[in-house]
Amino acid sequence: MALDIVQAGPLSLLQDLGRYGYQDVGVTPGGAMDTHAFHWANKLLNNPANAAQIEITMGPFKACFKQATSFALCGADVVATLNGNKIIPWSSWFAKAGDILEIGYPRQGLRSYLAVSGGFFCPKTFGSVSTVMRNKLGGLSKKGSKVANGDIIPFIAKVQPHTRKVPQQFIPEYKSVINIGVLTTYQFHQFSTEAKKTFFNELYTVTSEIDRMGYRLKGKPIEFAQQSFVSEGIALGAIQIPANGQPIILMRDRQTIGGYPKMGCVCNRDLNILAQATPGTQIRFFEQDLYEAEAELHQEQHYFFKGNNDRDY
Amino acid sequence: MQVNLVNENSVIIYFSDTVCAETTDEITYACQLFRSELNDTLSDIVPSYTSILLSCNLRKTGLQNFVINVRRVLNQLGNVGLTNLVRNKIVLPVYYGQEVALDHRDVSLHTGLAFSEIVKLHTEECYRVFAIGFTPGFAFLGNTPKQMTIPRKASPRLNVPKGSVAIADRQTAIYPSQSPGGWQVIGRTPIDLLDDSEECLSKFAMGDEVRFESIDKQTFLAMGGQL
Repeated sequence: MALDIVQAGPLSLLQDLGRYGYQDVGVTPGGAMDTHAFHWANKLLNNPANAAQIEITMGPFKACFKQATSFALCGADVVATLNGNKIIPWSSWFAKAGDILEIGYPRQGLRSYLAVSGGFFCPKTFGSVSTVMRNKLGGLSKKGSKVANGDIIPFIAKVQPHTRKVPQQFIPEYKSVINIGVLTTYQFHQFSTEAKKTFFNELYTVTSEIDRMGYRLKGKPIEFAQQSFVSEGIALGAIQIPANGQPIILMRDRQTIGGYPKMGCVCNRDLNILAQATPGTQIRFFEQDLYEAEAELHQEQHYFFKGNNDRDY
Repeated sequence: MQVNLVNENSVIIYFSDTVCAETTDEITYACQLFRSELNDTLSDIVPSYTSILLSCNLRKTGLQNFVINVRRVLNQLGNVGLTNLVRNKIVLPVYYGQEVALDHRDVSLHTGLAFSEIVKLHTEECYRVFAIGFTPGFAFLGNTPKQMTIPRKASPRLNVPKGSVAIADRQTAIYPSQSPGGWQVIGRTPIDLLDDSEECLSKFAMGDEVRFESIDKQTFLAMGGQL
């Protein structure tokens, strides 16, 4: 009862919602980069919200189901087939034993989430399955290795009575110009009026230096007078402004502390959009109200965790 | 002390503008209180030199309520003082032989001190864990004696061996695992600082007191040290 990996692609990782409670000793939380797609993939299968999935960055990806199961695919706009028959993302499907799933290079977006009914069975390291290659933690090996050709990823075969689709209004479009909401916290108020104006009025481009730790952007430099800065805890979505003035947005695998001034944080909703952005995507920042963002996240968590056993997460 | 909002589920508290043992004590004690008082509403806590970043579990609390509770704990902190502070004391054996002190020449050249003098200074001081980060279990220890102040290497090493004891500016640290790094290496410990079978993962916690003890090559090897 397993998924046989035929072609893992450039970067496929076992992920859940992350490893919490160890940031005080320098362990990054990690977890699915696009939690919106991750949540929906589990929801389509009635899985626990934290059930482990494979995060497939780019592709191509090819695998064989050794046992009949229901599975779901969410995230990037990809051409995917089951035994050569086209399947569309943001929905769940049946697979028979021996069926071959193939996922191509995304037309839009960057990461696909593959979930099976009941979740992939993977041992947890420090409370989580999440693979952090840099910290050598998580994944099948428990040592942070990515999914490789020939890997056999176990699951408990379970076929759901129906296949389901995510309602259209919840399926994001990955555009070439995206609007990103910023919570104006951390050192935001210590930046000059000029710097803030630049930040909100200029377009910033996603460079090719993007990974699970951070997204480096390029655009009109943002100035900050203070040179040295005492290292402090880095929250998810923090927008660091290093000496060259080019923003770096810190993602799931970020380092836990750092010594750059920060313009604030990207709100959770838009981090999911950013996690799907490819090099060349242009970003327009806007100011996002923090309590509105919190209410939105609260509502989302309530919906996706409804009926879940909390102790699992 | 102000509680500043950071994102949907995080706040940061700044305790001081200066990095010193007193600030570290205050932060260490505050962390202990936050852990015991905020229970399962707390999802992560990131202490550093002068601040604490706290994240809450939004399925257990709202941000506004969390901030109220954080303030309540801070008030408590002011009333109780630091009398109940529990501080771990760690003594770490280090082999300072030339074959593992990869930067002994540069350190001597820069400081104008014989390497034996560097070892003496390094082992005489009692350090505090000011912060943990960079990699799991990498503890920033301070302060080193002024005479041994040295900048980081101009170009970092791609592979600093596991257990390497190093200095930079007025701080010292041990590389818990092999990793890239730019600090000046002056010795190696045979002790494993990471333990993935244990619940605590890292030997160090914020605020711990750390001393180094010089050991000879034989002892280093007997303790499982690798050259």
